[in-house]
Amino acid sequence: MAMLEVKDLEVCYGVIRAVKGVSFSVEQGEIIALIGANGAGKTTILHTITGLIPAKSGSIVFEGKELTKTPAHKIVAMGMAHVPEGRRVFQQLTVLENLRLGAYTRKDKAEVRESLEKVYARFPRLEERKNQIAGTLSGGEQQMLAMGRALMSNPRIILMDEPSMGLSPLLVSEIFDIIRVISESGTTVLLVEQNAKKALAIADRAYVLETGTITLSGKASDLMHNPSVQKAYLGE
Amino acid sequence: MEFVSYLVSGISLGSIYALIALGYTMVYGIAKMLNFAHGDIIMIGAYIIYTLSTTAGVPPVVSVLCSIVACAVMGVVIERVAYKPLRNASSLAVLITAIGVSYLLQNAALLIFGSDTKSFTSVITLPSITLFNGALHISGETIATIVVSLILMIALTLFINKTKPGRAMRAVSEDRGAAQLMGINVNATITLTFAIGSALAAVAGTLLCSAYPALSPTTGSMPGIKAFTAAVFGGIGSIPGAMLGGVLLGIIENLSKGYISTQLSDAIVFAVLILVLLIKPTGLLGKKISEKV
Repeated sequence: MAMLEVKDLEVCYGVIRAVKGVSFSVEQGEIIALIGANGAGKTTILHTITGLIPAKSGSIVFEGKELTKTPAHKIVAMGMAHVPEGRRVFQQLTVLENLRLGAYTRKDKAEVRESLEKVYARFPRLEERKNQIAGTLSGGEQQMLAMGRALMSNPRIILMDEPSMGLSPLLVSEIFDIIRVISESGTTVLLVEQNAKKALAIADRAYVLETGTITLSGKASDLMHNPSVQKAYLGE
Repeated sequence: MEFVSYLVSGISLGSIYALIALGYTMVYGIAKMLNFAHGDIIMIGAYIIYTLSTTAGVPPVVSVLCSIVACAVMGVVIERVAYKPLRNASSLAVLITAIGVSYLLQNAALLIFGSDTKSFTSVITLPSITLFNGALHISGETIATIVVSLILMIALTLFINKTKPGRAMRAVSEDRGAAQLMGINVNATITLTFAIGSALAAVAGTLLCSAYPALSPTTGSMPGIKAFTAAVFGGIGSIPGAMLGGVLLGIIENLSKGYISTQLSDAIVFAVLILVLLIKPTGLLGKKISEKV
């Protein structure tokens, strides 16, 4: 059975159907990319998985548990972390306070300290700036903080929403390298990206989303050579 | 010496405003609403002490503690019953509901205790002190008010900045959605905020009625409005702002009473507020809030 199984998911904002019966699955250890244009419903799907938006119908099953009726604040303790679009770090809190909030639901202090050491090892910049107010960090540093904060919950799956948005090409590459490292250390990744080229390059499988429905899916390497994907998303 | 005397009693009055303003500003910061029934919690708290101590002869310390607990519970119940169902409603609907709750509390007090003004017996038994060969006289109530308020403000600041629930409150205040992703229960955080705010209001009511012992169903409304003003003055949503705004408001009010006119003092207080908001619309310590796109 898949680690995360989304089935016939429908999400509405008022009368507008933003997600119209989407089904996909994520296997343990995979990097799955959801690609598509702005407004295709990618962010909405992630928000529905972690409970920030209610589902109209359909099911989301994570490790055998139904998530559509689970309140948002209970999701992270189940082993799922979400790095939201626009990073959404707590601007007025320090870097360290942000990281500690990432481990909010964890009780074992020694384990939390261990996670903190790991995050610092992966993002040395965060340790240098641990007492700095998060709002004063650069965009790239805030993205690292958002990822570090998510890793503090020691998740089995991590949902990342547009991690490359607004970053310089050099930083984009750095962020994608980090995603690869996170994946290699055993965390499953569900990645939402507008940067289809980069996303397909690191993903195992991908789904193409268009105005709330999945139009294409398959191995990332196949999709990269699919003419319609190339035309619509890779600019070739 | 006259000036020092006005100043000290101004700080004392201002500390009471600050305690009430903290409730306004915390609820605004975390639940994003103006709880106009907050001032009336003061009155309810004072009636509880009056009933227990004056009528039933319960020792003052016990009745004050009962009042604090009862007000905290009442704040939580009001939030659950009146505001929580409106969590996703327009802010105007919540505002009108808060005004409704305010009238409900006042009329409930009117029904239970009657409209006549009760004489509140001070719960503070501290002796007054005389300094500078009798030139400066400070009452026990004034001293107690300043000391108690200072301790509570320090404790609250430490709680907000150094503890896990405090960190959760700051996170919810900044980004409710992201806070939920961290595993923070927003409803529980709002409940805690109402409990703390209302408990502080109960203490404020005790101190207020000990210094100004006339108790009636509308006792809480004017201090409530002044404290709301203080919260806006200091920057609504900001905890140090509420403390600063409250104390400054008390000082301005008392100095106006002493040197200009007793009748005009409230007008002067509000004029100063308008001036400050014209120059700095976010209040003294308020942060500029960037609108989310």
